[in-house]
Amino acid sequence: MMKQNTKIKIVASQPEQHPISMYLKVWLLLFVLSACSYMVDYFQFQGLLRWTLILIFMFLKAGLIIMVFMHLAWERMAVKLLLFLPPIAILIFIALMSSEANYVFISRIISFFNP
Amino acid sequence: MPNDDHQEDHKTNNKVSSASSWQSVVNDWSADKQSFDMPWGKLMMWIFLLSDTFIFSIFLTSYMNVRMSATVAWPNPSEVFALTIAGHHIPLVLIAIMTFILITSSGTMAMAVNYAYQGNKKKTVYLMLATALLGASFIGMQAFEWTKLIVEEGIRPWGNPMGANQFGAAFFMITGFHGLHVSAGVIYLTVIARRINQGKYDEKGYHIVEITGLYWHFVDLVWVFIFAFFYLW
Repeated sequence: MMKQNTKIKIVASQPEQHPISMYLKVWLLLFVLSACSYMVDYFQFQGLLRWTLILIFMFLKAGLIIMVFMHLAWERMAVKLLLFLPPIAILIFIALMSSEANYVFISRIISFFNP
Repeated sequence: MPNDDHQEDHKTNNKVSSASSWQSVVNDWSADKQSFDMPWGKLMMWIFLLSDTFIFSIFLTSYMNVRMSATVAWPNPSEVFALTIAGHHIPLVLIAIMTFILITSSGTMAMAVNYAYQGNKKKTVYLMLATALLGASFIGMQAFEWTKLIVEEGIRPWGNPMGANQFGAAFFMITGFHGLHVSAGVIYLTVIARRINQGKYDEKGYHIVEITGLYWHFVDLVWVFIFAFFYLW
Protein backbone atom coordinates (compact mmCIF):
# COMPACT_ATOMS: atom_id res chain seq x y z
CA MET A 1 0.00 0.00 0.00
CA MET A 2 2.82 2.36 0.93
CA LYS A 3 4.58 1.65 -2.32
CA GLN A 4 1.47 2.37 -4.32
CA ASN A 5 1.07 5.67 -2.51
CA THR A 6 4.52 6.94 -3.45
CA LYS A 7 3.98 5.95 -7.04
CA ILE A 8 0.82 8.04 -7.31
CA LYS A 9 2.53 10.92 -5.58
CA ILE A 10 5.18 11.08 -8.29
CA VAL A 11 2.54 11.18 -10.99
CA ALA A 12 0.49 13.80 -9.15
CA SER A 13 3.43 16.13 -8.56
CA GLN A 14 3.89 16.58 -12.31
CA PRO A 15 0.51 17.64 -13.63
CA GLU A 16 -0.45 17.71 -17.31
CA GLN A 17 2.70 16.29 -18.83
CA HIS A 18 2.09 15.87 -22.51
CA PRO A 19 4.60 15.85 -25.34
CA ILE A 20 5.06 19.16 -27.17
CA SER A 21 4.11 17.37 -30.39
CA MET A 22 0.53 17.04 -29.10
CA TYR A 23 0.24 20.82 -28.76
CA LEU A 24 1.74 21.34 -32.20
CA LYS A 25 -0.76 18.92 -33.74
CA VAL A 26 -3.70 20.66 -32.08
CA TRP A 27 -2.29 24.01 -33.16
CA LEU A 28 -2.09 22.81 -36.77
CA LEU A 29 -5.64 21.44 -36.54
CA LEU A 30 -6.89 24.81 -35.24
CA PHE A 31 -5.13 26.50 -38.16
CA VAL A 32 -6.81 24.19 -40.66
CA LEU A 33 -10.22 24.65 -39.02
CA SER A 34 -9.81 28.44 -39.03
CA ALA A 35 -8.85 28.31 -42.70
CA CYS A 36 -11.96 26.20 -43.36
CA SER A 37 -14.25 28.67 -41.60
CA TYR A 38 -12.64 31.51 -43.55
CA MET A 39 -13.24 29.58 -46.77
CA VAL A 40 -16.96 29.48 -45.92
CA ASP A 41 -16.95 33.24 -46.39
CA TYR A 42 -14.43 33.30 -49.23
CA PHE A 43 -16.50 30.97 -51.41
CA GLN A 44 -19.69 32.76 -50.31
CA PHE A 45 -21.69 29.72 -49.21
CA GLN A 46 -25.17 30.92 -48.30
CA GLY A 47 -28.18 29.84 -46.29
CA LEU A 48 -28.40 26.67 -44.25
CA LEU A 49 -25.10 25.26 -45.57
CA ARG A 50 -23.23 28.38 -44.45
CA TRP A 51 -24.71 28.37 -40.93
CA THR A 52 -24.14 24.64 -40.43
CA LEU A 53 -20.51 24.86 -41.56
CA ILE A 54 -19.85 27.94 -39.39
CA LEU A 55 -21.29 26.19 -36.32
CA ILE A 56 -19.43 22.91 -36.96
CA PHE A 57 -16.05 24.61 -37.33
CA MET A 58 -16.78 26.90 -34.36
CA PHE A 59 -17.65 24.04 -32.00
CA LEU A 60 -14.67 21.94 -33.14
CA LYS A 61 -12.30 24.85 -32.50
CA ALA A 62 -13.89 25.70 -29.16
CA GLY A 63 -13.78 22.05 -28.10
CA LEU A 64 -10.10 21.70 -28.98
CA ILE A 65 -9.17 24.88 -27.10
CA ILE A 66 -11.16 23.98 -23.97
CA MET A 67 -10.30 20.28 -23.85
CA VAL A 68 -6.63 20.26 -24.91
CA PHE A 69 -5.18 23.75 -24.41
CA MET A 70 -7.11 24.40 -21.20
CA HIS A 71 -6.54 20.78 -20.10
CA LEU A 72 -10.19 20.21 -19.26
CA ALA A 73 -10.05 16.72 -20.75
CA TRP A 74 -7.76 15.69 -17.87
CA GLU A 75 -9.77 17.41 -15.13
CA ARG A 76 -12.11 15.55 -12.83
CA MET A 77 -15.80 15.15 -13.63
CA ALA A 78 -16.74 17.56 -10.82
CA VAL A 79 -14.81 20.35 -12.57
CA LYS A 80 -16.42 19.59 -15.92
CA LEU A 81 -19.87 19.77 -14.35
CA LEU A 82 -18.95 23.06 -12.63
CA LEU A 83 -18.14 24.54 -16.04
CA PHE A 84 -20.75 22.95 -18.29
CA LEU A 85 -23.92 23.00 -16.15
CA PRO A 86 -24.29 26.80 -15.60
CA PRO A 87 -24.11 27.65 -19.35
CA ILE A 88 -27.36 25.72 -19.83
CA ALA A 89 -29.00 28.88 -18.45
CA ILE A 90 -27.39 30.76 -21.35
CA LEU A 91 -28.89 28.36 -23.89
CA ILE A 92 -32.34 28.87 -22.37
CA PHE A 93 -31.80 32.64 -22.44
CA ILE A 94 -30.82 32.50 -26.12
CA ALA A 95 -34.00 30.56 -26.91
CA LEU A 96 -36.11 33.11 -24.99
CA MET A 97 -34.43 36.08 -26.66
CA SER A 98 -34.79 34.70 -30.19
CA SER A 99 -38.51 34.25 -29.66
CA GLU A 100 -38.62 37.79 -28.21
CA ALA A 101 -36.75 39.12 -31.27
CA ASN A 102 -39.24 37.46 -33.60
CA TYR A 103 -42.10 39.08 -31.73
CA VAL A 104 -40.43 42.54 -31.88
CA PHE A 105 -39.73 42.07 -35.60
CA ILE A 106 -43.34 41.19 -36.38
CA SER A 107 -44.61 44.08 -34.22
CA ARG A 108 -42.30 46.48 -36.06
CA ILE A 109 -43.39 45.23 -39.47
CA ILE A 110 -47.05 45.63 -38.48
CA SER A 111 -46.72 49.11 -36.98
CA PHE A 112 -44.07 50.62 -39.29
CA PHE A 113 -45.32 49.44 -42.66
CA ASN A 114 -49.11 49.37 -42.18
CA PRO A 115 -50.89 52.67 -42.62
CA MET B 1 1.43 22.97 0.41
CA PRO B 2 0.26 22.12 3.91
CA ASN B 3 -2.55 19.77 2.94
CA ASP B 4 -0.61 17.90 0.32
CA ASP B 5 -0.72 14.53 2.09
CA HIS B 6 -4.40 14.93 2.59
CA GLN B 7 -4.90 15.44 -1.13
CA GLU B 8 -2.80 12.42 -1.98
CA ASP B 9 -4.96 10.25 0.30
CA HIS B 10 -7.99 11.55 -1.47
CA LYS B 11 -6.46 10.79 -4.83
CA THR B 12 -5.66 7.24 -3.80
CA ASN B 13 -9.23 6.73 -2.65
CA ASN B 14 -10.53 7.88 -5.97
CA LYS B 15 -8.09 5.79 -7.92
CA VAL B 16 -9.61 2.76 -6.22
CA SER B 17 -13.18 3.79 -6.95
CA SER B 18 -12.77 5.53 -10.29
CA ALA B 19 -14.93 2.96 -12.04
CA SER B 20 -17.49 5.61 -12.90
CA SER B 21 -16.87 9.32 -13.22
CA TRP B 22 -20.26 10.03 -11.62
CA GLN B 23 -19.09 8.16 -8.55
CA SER B 24 -16.03 10.45 -8.52
CA VAL B 25 -18.33 13.50 -8.42
CA VAL B 26 -20.12 12.07 -5.40
CA ASN B 27 -16.77 11.30 -3.76
CA ASP B 28 -15.41 14.78 -4.43
CA TRP B 29 -18.44 16.55 -3.00
CA SER B 30 -19.00 14.25 -0.01
CA ALA B 31 -15.36 13.99 1.13
CA ASP B 32 -14.59 15.91 4.30
CA LYS B 33 -12.28 18.33 2.47
CA GLN B 34 -12.18 20.80 -0.42
CA SER B 35 -14.31 19.62 -3.32
CA PHE B 36 -12.02 20.66 -6.17
CA ASP B 37 -8.59 19.12 -6.05
CA MET B 38 -6.55 21.96 -7.55
CA PRO B 39 -4.64 25.07 -6.41
CA TRP B 40 -7.12 27.70 -5.22
CA GLY B 41 -5.85 30.26 -7.74
CA LYS B 42 -6.69 27.91 -10.60
CA LEU B 43 -10.19 27.26 -9.28
CA MET B 44 -10.77 30.99 -8.85
CA MET B 45 -9.61 31.57 -12.44
CA TRP B 46 -12.07 28.93 -13.68
CA ILE B 47 -14.90 30.59 -11.76
CA PHE B 48 -13.91 34.01 -13.09
CA LEU B 49 -13.88 32.61 -16.64
CA LEU B 50 -17.32 31.08 -16.07
CA SER B 51 -18.68 34.49 -15.07
CA ASP B 52 -16.92 36.07 -18.06
CA THR B 53 -18.63 33.48 -20.27
CA PHE B 54 -21.93 34.87 -19.08
CA ILE B 55 -20.91 38.45 -19.88
CA PHE B 56 -19.82 37.64 -23.42
CA SER B 57 -22.89 35.43 -23.94
CA ILE B 58 -25.13 38.32 -22.95
CA PHE B 59 -23.36 40.59 -25.46
CA LEU B 60 -23.70 38.04 -28.24
CA THR B 61 -27.32 37.31 -27.30
CA SER B 62 -28.24 41.00 -27.42
CA TYR B 63 -26.47 41.21 -30.78
CA MET B 64 -28.60 38.29 -31.98
CA ASN B 65 -31.69 40.02 -30.65
CA VAL B 66 -31.10 43.36 -32.41
CA ARG B 67 -30.03 41.67 -35.64
CA MET B 68 -33.14 39.49 -35.74
CA SER B 69 -35.50 42.34 -34.91
CA ALA B 70 -34.02 44.97 -37.26
CA THR B 71 -36.34 45.85 -40.14
CA VAL B 72 -33.49 47.34 -42.19
CA ALA B 73 -31.02 44.92 -43.82
CA TRP B 74 -27.95 44.08 -41.71
CA PRO B 75 -24.67 45.31 -43.30
CA ASN B 76 -22.81 42.42 -44.96
CA PRO B 77 -19.73 41.85 -42.74
CA SER B 78 -17.93 40.16 -45.61
CA GLU B 79 -18.06 43.48 -47.49
CA VAL B 80 -17.64 45.81 -44.50
CA PHE B 81 -14.41 44.14 -43.39
CA ALA B 82 -12.94 43.60 -46.84
CA LEU B 83 -9.56 45.10 -47.66
CA THR B 84 -7.96 45.92 -50.98
CA ILE B 85 -4.38 44.69 -50.93
CA ALA B 86 -2.20 45.27 -54.01
CA GLY B 87 -5.23 45.76 -56.19
CA HIS B 88 -6.99 42.60 -54.96
CA HIS B 89 -10.29 42.92 -53.14
CA ILE B 90 -10.15 40.27 -50.39
CA PRO B 91 -13.10 39.79 -48.02
CA LEU B 92 -12.47 39.60 -44.26
CA VAL B 93 -8.72 39.30 -44.78
CA LEU B 94 -7.61 41.30 -41.73
CA ILE B 95 -10.01 39.38 -39.49
CA ALA B 96 -8.61 36.10 -40.81
CA ILE B 97 -5.04 37.22 -40.04
CA MET B 98 -6.14 38.31 -36.54
CA THR B 99 -7.70 34.87 -36.01
CA PHE B 100 -4.50 33.09 -37.03
CA ILE B 101 -2.43 35.35 -34.77
CA LEU B 102 -4.63 34.65 -31.76
CA ILE B 103 -4.52 30.88 -32.39
CA THR B 104 -0.74 31.02 -32.72
CA SER B 105 -0.53 32.90 -29.42
CA SER B 106 -2.67 30.18 -27.82
CA GLY B 107 -0.22 27.59 -29.15
CA THR B 108 2.82 29.38 -27.71
CA MET B 109 0.96 29.76 -24.40
CA ALA B 110 0.16 26.03 -24.23
CA MET B 111 3.83 25.29 -24.84
CA ALA B 112 4.82 27.78 -22.12
CA VAL B 113 2.63 25.89 -19.64
CA ASN B 114 4.23 22.61 -20.68
CA TYR B 115 7.78 23.95 -20.28
CA ALA B 116 6.85 25.48 -16.92
CA TYR B 117 5.85 22.09 -15.55
CA GLN B 118 9.09 20.64 -16.95
CA GLY B 119 10.90 23.30 -14.93
CA ASN B 120 12.39 25.02 -17.97
CA LYS B 121 12.23 28.61 -16.75
CA LYS B 122 13.97 30.27 -19.67
CA LYS B 123 11.77 28.73 -22.36
CA THR B 124 8.66 29.49 -20.30
CA VAL B 125 9.54 33.18 -20.02
CA TYR B 126 10.37 33.48 -23.72
CA LEU B 127 7.20 31.70 -24.83
CA MET B 128 5.06 33.86 -22.53
CA LEU B 129 6.67 37.00 -23.92
CA ALA B 130 6.08 35.71 -27.46
CA THR B 131 2.42 35.20 -26.53
CA ALA B 132 2.20 38.74 -25.16
CA LEU B 133 3.84 40.11 -28.33
CA LEU B 134 1.33 38.27 -30.55
CA GLY B 135 -1.47 39.63 -28.37
CA ALA B 136 -0.10 43.15 -28.74
CA SER B 137 -0.01 42.79 -32.53
CA PHE B 138 -3.64 41.62 -32.39
CA ILE B 139 -4.57 44.82 -30.55
CA GLY B 140 -2.63 46.84 -33.11
CA MET B 141 -4.62 45.30 -35.97
CA GLN B 142 -7.85 45.89 -34.11
CA ALA B 143 -6.94 49.55 -33.65
CA PHE B 144 -6.29 49.74 -37.41
CA GLU B 145 -9.64 48.08 -38.14
CA TRP B 146 -11.54 50.44 -35.82
CA THR B 147 -9.83 53.50 -37.32
CA LYS B 148 -10.71 52.38 -40.85
CA LEU B 149 -14.32 51.72 -39.90
CA ILE B 150 -14.78 55.01 -38.03
CA VAL B 151 -12.83 57.35 -40.31
CA GLU B 152 -13.28 55.85 -43.79
CA GLU B 153 -16.57 53.96 -43.60
CA GLY B 154 -18.33 56.35 -41.22
CA ILE B 155 -19.63 53.66 -38.87
CA ARG B 156 -20.94 55.03 -35.56
CA PRO B 157 -22.63 53.29 -32.61
CA TRP B 158 -25.88 55.06 -33.54
CA GLY B 159 -25.80 54.58 -37.30
CA ASN B 160 -23.88 53.79 -40.45
CA PRO B 161 -24.26 54.24 -44.20
CA MET B 162 -24.56 50.49 -44.97
CA GLY B 163 -27.72 49.39 -43.21
CA ALA B 164 -29.19 48.65 -39.80
CA ASN B 165 -28.26 51.26 -37.19
CA GLN B 166 -27.62 48.63 -34.50
CA PHE B 167 -24.58 47.29 -36.37
CA GLY B 168 -22.16 49.86 -34.94
CA ALA B 169 -23.35 49.51 -31.35
CA ALA B 170 -23.06 45.72 -31.43
CA PHE B 171 -19.69 45.83 -33.21
CA PHE B 172 -17.99 48.37 -30.95
CA MET B 173 -19.38 46.83 -27.77
CA ILE B 174 -18.43 43.22 -28.54
CA THR B 175 -15.04 43.68 -30.21
CA GLY B 176 -14.19 46.52 -27.80
CA PHE B 177 -14.83 44.37 -24.76
CA HIS B 178 -12.85 41.53 -26.29
CA GLY B 179 -9.99 43.90 -27.14
CA LEU B 180 -10.00 45.07 -23.53
CA HIS B 181 -9.60 41.43 -22.47
CA VAL B 182 -6.68 40.98 -24.86
CA SER B 183 -5.03 44.15 -23.55
CA ALA B 184 -5.46 43.00 -19.95
CA GLY B 185 -4.06 39.61 -20.97
CA VAL B 186 -0.95 41.18 -22.52
CA ILE B 187 -0.29 43.10 -19.28
CA TYR B 188 -1.01 40.01 -17.16
CA LEU B 189 1.35 37.84 -19.25
CA THR B 190 4.14 40.42 -19.14
CA VAL B 191 3.88 40.86 -15.37
CA ILE B 192 3.85 37.11 -14.68
CA ALA B 193 6.71 36.43 -17.14
CA ARG B 194 8.76 39.11 -15.37
CA ARG B 195 8.01 37.66 -11.94
CA ILE B 196 8.96 34.16 -13.12
CA ASN B 197 12.21 35.56 -14.48
CA GLN B 198 12.88 37.14 -11.08
CA GLY B 199 12.47 33.69 -9.53
CA LYS B 200 9.40 34.55 -7.47
CA TYR B 201 7.75 31.20 -8.20
CA ASP B 202 10.78 28.95 -7.69
CA GLU B 203 9.50 27.95 -4.24
CA LYS B 204 5.76 28.02 -4.88
CA GLY B 205 5.77 26.03 -8.11
CA TYR B 206 4.70 27.04 -11.59
CA HIS B 207 0.93 26.66 -11.37
CA ILE B 208 0.72 30.38 -12.06
CA VAL B 209 1.70 29.74 -15.68
CA GLU B 210 -1.24 27.41 -16.15
CA ILE B 211 -3.58 29.94 -14.49
CA THR B 212 -2.35 32.70 -16.81
CA GLY B 213 -2.70 30.26 -19.69
CA LEU B 214 -6.34 29.55 -18.80
CA TYR B 215 -7.11 33.25 -19.08
CA TRP B 216 -5.30 33.59 -22.38
CA HIS B 217 -6.94 30.53 -23.94
CA PHE B 218 -10.30 31.89 -22.85
CA VAL B 219 -9.63 35.14 -24.74
CA ASP B 220 -8.90 33.01 -27.82
CA LEU B 221 -12.04 30.97 -27.17
CA VAL B 222 -14.23 34.07 -27.06
CA TRP B 223 -12.72 35.20 -30.36
CA VAL B 224 -13.77 31.88 -31.95
CA PHE B 225 -17.37 32.71 -31.09
CA ILE B 226 -17.13 36.37 -32.13
CA PHE B 227 -15.51 35.36 -35.42
CA ALA B 228 -18.29 32.86 -36.14
CA PHE B 229 -21.28 34.92 -35.05
CA PHE B 230 -20.29 38.47 -35.86
CA TYR B 231 -17.94 38.24 -38.84
CA LEU B 232 -19.08 35.10 -40.65
CA TRP B 233 -22.81 34.80 -39.93
